[in-house]
Amino acid sequence: MAYSDKVLDHYENPRNVGSLDKNDPNVGTGMVGAPACGDVMKLMIKVNDSGIIEDAKFKTYGCGSAIASSSLVTEWLKGKTIDEAYAIKNSAIAEELALPPVKIHCSVLAEDAIKAAVADIKAKQLAKETA
Amino acid sequence: MTQSYFELFGIKPAFNIDLAILESHYRKIQSESHPDRFVNAMSAEKLKSMQMATLANEAYQTLKKPASRARYLLELQGITAISETNTAMPADFLMQQMEWREALEDAKATKDIAAVDNLLNEIKQEAKSLNSDLISLIDEKQDYGSATDATRKLIFIDKVCADINKVIEQIEN
Repeated sequence: MAYSDKVLDHYENPRNVGSLDKNDPNVGTGMVGAPACGDVMKLMIKVNDSGIIEDAKFKTYGCGSAIASSSLVTEWLKGKTIDEAYAIKNSAIAEELALPPVKIHCSVLAEDAIKAAVADIKAKQLAKETA
Repeated sequence: MTQSYFELFGIKPAFNIDLAILESHYRKIQSESHPDRFVNAMSAEKLKSMQMATLANEAYQTLKKPASRARYLLELQGITAISETNTAMPADFLMQQMEWREALEDAKATKDIAAVDNLLNEIKQEAKSLNSDLISLIDEKQDYGSATDATRKLIFIDKVCADINKVIEQIEN
């Protein structure tokens, strides 16, 4: 199967690969997996006190489309509020990367990773407020 | 075609099957439907034998591997174990997956074949325990909900094993 140029670009030069300190109260972690193919994805976001995402890192073990989807969203996430991040749809990721129908689930994985990371940071914030 | 893959091979639908019997029944169907036997047959008969050979192959590939056999058994119960839109897995399981992946990356970078072997053994152990869980959940307890979870885990584990074997090949060459 032929990958689009954008997928190849992210696959060959993935942006923001790595981890943030998961114990940092300002860091949210989202981990998801795709049982259809066994791909796993970890997305970490660092949110400042105004609720803006300052940094995002990912680690994805999977196919080129899964890596490209997560690399792309780390670029999109920086500068966004967590609510804006939560609103990112897999269809936008799939469209940007021109993913073929059989690879749409990779963009679903990336969307779910964002939602999981946002849920994690919200849970941490809530714990801080009630502490 | 309402016959299940199990019925095709004349075996009882179960997770714990005798692979040797599965294989011998498969070989029998393959030889009976081999195109060489139908050289002088009518085209309808030829077509039928070809369809049979294709079906038997598909059925054999599905039942041979534990993960796809479990997935198929769940399908027979009307359960779709693998939905592309369901990406939620237990956090500790995904954490373990990440750790294995990271360990594999390190071992690959340092060409540490012993470390790769250890990892493979650890993961095979996990696969084995999921296999015995599936025997109990599907064949004995008919607990298809828990069986779905175990099947999903097994698919991830198969993927890691396949990737580890690729790394072993790369290191050895």
